[in-house]
Amino acid sequence: MTIHRAKWFFLLPGLLVLVAIILFPLLFTIRVSFSGWDVAQPGLDWIAGFNYTRQLQDLRFWESMARLALLTLASVTLEYVLGLALALLLWREVKAQRFFRVLFLVPMMTTPVIMSVIWRTFFHESLGPANDIAQLLGFAPQAWLTDGNLATASIVIVEVWQWTSFMFLLLLAGLLSLPREPFLAAAIDGAGPVRTFLRVTFPMLAPISIGALLIRLIEASKLMETVYAMTSGGPGTATETPSYYIFIRGLREFQIGYAASLSLIYLVIMTVALTVIAKVLARAMLPKGAAA
Amino acid sequence: MTTLYRLLKYAAILLWSAFVLAPFMWALSTSFKTSNGVTGGPTYLPWLQYEPSLEGWRSLFRADGSGIDIAGPYGSSVAVTLCASAISLVLGTLAAYGLSRFTYRAGFIRNADITFFFISQRIMPPVVLAIPFFLMLQAFGLLDSEVGLIVVYIALLMPIAVWVMVDFFNNIPRELDETAMLDGCNPFETFWRVILPNSKPGLVVAGLFCIIFGWSDFFFAFTLTFTNTQLLPVAVVALNSSVTPWWSLSAAALISVAPLIAVALVLERYLSRGNLAGAIK
Repeated sequence: MTIHRAKWFFLLPGLLVLVAIILFPLLFTIRVSFSGWDVAQPGLDWIAGFNYTRQLQDLRFWESMARLALLTLASVTLEYVLGLALALLLWREVKAQRFFRVLFLVPMMTTPVIMSVIWRTFFHESLGPANDIAQLLGFAPQAWLTDGNLATASIVIVEVWQWTSFMFLLLLAGLLSLPREPFLAAAIDGAGPVRTFLRVTFPMLAPISIGALLIRLIEASKLMETVYAMTSGGPGTATETPSYYIFIRGLREFQIGYAASLSLIYLVIMTVALTVIAKVLARAMLPKGAAA
Repeated sequence: MTTLYRLLKYAAILLWSAFVLAPFMWALSTSFKTSNGVTGGPTYLPWLQYEPSLEGWRSLFRADGSGIDIAGPYGSSVAVTLCASAISLVLGTLAAYGLSRFTYRAGFIRNADITFFFISQRIMPPVVLAIPFFLMLQAFGLLDSEVGLIVVYIALLMPIAVWVMVDFFNNIPRELDETAMLDGCNPFETFWRVILPNSKPGLVVAGLFCIIFGWSDFFFAFTLTFTNTQLLPVAVVALNSSVTPWWSLSAAALISVAPLIAVALVLERYLSRGNLAGAIK
């Protein structure tokens, strides 16, 4: 058999299965977004772009988009900084190195929604330890999950707890794969630890940093399970993310048509935003002249 | 290295360890409480602060109304996760090898576009797919079944397998393939006899990532199953109501996340040997 025939036997099984699973849902979503399908009138009628114009005036949706941008930016930045710091700490000789490496990997292995349920009990105002810790540190007891801003902060804390371990994994793997020679050269030049980090470690880690940041941005942009389990979007709509809002519209209120148009716009905005962010990150972090 | 620096370093490590362990310790303590131990305010130490009880753990194995029977969801979760991961890994690895070694052309579509198509599936928010998946599975009579969830999970997990394996194969020198071809292997023999035996780290990491993300899914299990099939996260979250029995909830949560701690041990072994670098990049 020639290579020309054989190569398709590698690619096609996976590609066809994926297309078969994804194609109908995507086409259906596009079609249904032009219909008024809801509880009262289920069915594929045609109302043209009505859902889309309605959406333009839907402040609750745009607020949730802004909130998602804030949540994602805050949590992914923290995860990256902390993950990099932890990876640097456990990179070279440390006592009980392997124990700490395993321990720091554990959060990403745990089911987010289940840990969120535990965190919900943790942040409980009167029955959870969060306020005990706050008082120990000299703060007044806080309404962790019932105050809008604090509830947002609590979700960031849980996201950071869960996903810093993922950054840690990728960045430590990257650090361990770096060649030794540039570090020797820096040592011979008499560069201190800060200079070595800025001039050698960080630039060499840039490709994997970009990859790790993008993966986390993609995953964080879908945020909803943590919100569902911890605050149910509340208080009011103070912690609603787009995914969660679309879930409410589509699967709680059964406004199938409207939810479909919301989710398509959400998908388009996410794809565009992530593509732009990928380009910006590559330009900012990669050394000049290096291929992305 | 100065003493101060060492001190700060270990302080930072211990501080983060405490943060990582906090929810587990809290859940462990809560799982041995009764309603007296919970409603009196936060307590931590058994015997000193509350009277420990095994009620939380016992309730996981009772099928009557007073507990949840966790064995059924556990079995379903294991079956669905392993099946979906295995299928995704096989299909994803084959596709990744093809994309890494051969040139595909269809109109304006090139290899990079196909790879991007696979990986970009991760951008799709689950909520976009929930309703059409619901109708699709309903049409095939797969709603509320393990097979239906496996089909959905393949779409979630195959992109992960492709992402890990394309980079892994790209890091295996092509000379390996060429030597095998010169020795008279056809492409399938080359792949099976030469490439696969050299791909264990990549396969392990890709497989573990599939298992982690499959085991962790809540949303699809929540929207596409009701009574016949129940996966672990759904069973646990069902306890998260206003009058939550915190002791059962904590015990159930701990028992649900326990098996994946083993995954951390395996990943760390590959990490420390430096095998992971080629597998994730």
